[in-house]
Amino acid sequence: MALAIVDTCVNCWACYDVCPSDAIYESKPHFKINARKCTECEGDYAHPQCASICPIEEAILDASGAAVNPPGSLTGIPPERMAEAMAEIQAR
Amino acid sequence: MELTVLGQDDANETASSCASGSCGSDNDQMAALPDAIRDKVKNHPCYSEEAHHYFARMHVAVAPACNIQCHYCNRKYDCSNESRPGVVSELLTPEEAVMKTKAVAANIPQMTVLGIAGPGDPLANPERTFETFRMLSEQAPDIKLCVSTNGLALPDAVDELAKHNIDHVTITINCVDPEVGAGIYPWIYWNNKRIYGRKAAKILIQQQQKGLEMLVERGILVKVNSVMIPGVNDDHLKEVSRIVKEKGAFLHNVMPLISEAEHGTFYGIMGQRGPEPEELQDLQDACAGDMNMMRHCRQCRADAVGLLGEDRGEEFTLDKIAEMDINYDEAMKTRAVIHAGILEELEEKDAKRARLAAASVPSSEPVANTRPVQMAVATSGGGLINQHFGHATEFLVYEASSRGVRFIGHRKVDQYCIGNDTCGDKESALSGSIRSLHGCEAVLCSKIGYEPWSQLEDAGIQPNGEHAMEPIEEAVMAVYEEMRVDGRLDETPEHAELARA
Repeated sequence: MALAIVDTCVNCWACYDVCPSDAIYESKPHFKINARKCTECEGDYAHPQCASICPIEEAILDASGAAVNPPGSLTGIPPERMAEAMAEIQAR
Repeated sequence: MELTVLGQDDANETASSCASGSCGSDNDQMAALPDAIRDKVKNHPCYSEEAHHYFARMHVAVAPACNIQCHYCNRKYDCSNESRPGVVSELLTPEEAVMKTKAVAANIPQMTVLGIAGPGDPLANPERTFETFRMLSEQAPDIKLCVSTNGLALPDAVDELAKHNIDHVTITINCVDPEVGAGIYPWIYWNNKRIYGRKAAKILIQQQQKGLEMLVERGILVKVNSVMIPGVNDDHLKEVSRIVKEKGAFLHNVMPLISEAEHGTFYGIMGQRGPEPEELQDLQDACAGDMNMMRHCRQCRADAVGLLGEDRGEEFTLDKIAEMDINYDEAMKTRAVIHAGILEELEEKDAKRARLAAASVPSSEPVANTRPVQMAVATSGGGLINQHFGHATEFLVYEASSRGVRFIGHRKVDQYCIGNDTCGDKESALSGSIRSLHGCEAVLCSKIGYEPWSQLEDAGIQPNGEHAMEPIEEAVMAVYEEMRVDGRLDETPEHAELARA
């Protein structure tokens, strides 16, 4: 069981500092997770820490390959509400 | 603490393209500060409008991580062509940052202030930030340290901040109402969890206010930055200004939202607009009744280096620093001499100004209560009207009234569409300049071509090249007086009529 960082990562270092297992390391072109060290924070925290601070949707995947932060989860705007939200914001 | 209204411009901490004269206008606002604060800010280029022509500042980018998301920020910060907060080219380790700071301080002896402003939140990177401060306090004790933060981790950091040579902290406070905050901050990382929406904003606001109070208790100066977001927090910022003043912040800096789509921020992508210069100005004026306002902020990069009118970061990349042989003990001696010289010069200027003020006793004639007029000025520095209209990348806006002249703000020319492909109806650079002068009735410059002259007139803005090389305030007042004599102050300004037509 391990999480993985994919290429939408912007190298902001936030996850590196909060990982309780020291599983995250700096790498090119982006940070990576050492799958042998990653525990998905089980036993330490209710939620994986890297995915709780990562600012980019779909940059961290769970063991099944699904995005821990799917589209819309961080902006608070689900994809189907996007057009409506945009119109609202542009009317300001 | 009594806060008097600082007319306007003193400070610009975030700056990068200051046409220097821009920041040297009204000196009264520094005079209005209590002595103890004035003493602390007199050699800080970002807080003292006078000082910033003489002293330099730098930011070191040691703090990449952030603990919140703001809708105006894109965490992909690696861009060398942009100049705005949160953007840097080269992330530094604390050791590299100290090396760079000492190299800059030795080569630019006017450098008095080192700030950590990101590219993330400095206090969300406590080890990197404080390690840098610790080393600098030891190795370069003649450099003032300052830090800016979103405030979430501030209460926990106050004791550590108080230990170092830090007497200024900037907190970005965009709201005091969680309802408003929910439209600005989608989430925060708090106690090992991601918290969303209103609940997140509430925690952030509590932490910011608590941090502000704790800093003030410890005698650390606090400046508050706010980003003006039309339709989100614009009206609300008056309340923010009132509250932060009450709690003892010494300066409020209301900045316009930057939301170009190509920056990839949420607001940029969604099409949230930034404020028009006049909207910003009106809000700053509305807040000024309560609070010292800072009007010169140029929203500089998190790795800016040099005087506020320049960015010399390119001269101090890690490669270049590695080749420099810096003897900081020697550099400190030179720096001390230079700093003393600059302060002496500033004091002489102050004294001269005081003599002039005492000499110009107001006449006994009743002053006509004529309407205020805004004028734009093209200057390349030195407090003079000394720039060709066509060379100006920004204009300074002054307001003349029967009570005198005051600096209002700066208008960037290139922040408007200048006819590139992102613009639907292609404007020329000239019409961009003219658009940026909206609301001004005259523009004072050293020279101006025929074409812009007639276009400005058509737009209801009177070009004026008669005061070339004269001090800005005197020239603005002279033009105002001409307008009064000509009876133009009785009329509705031409641009207002044009706008109506």
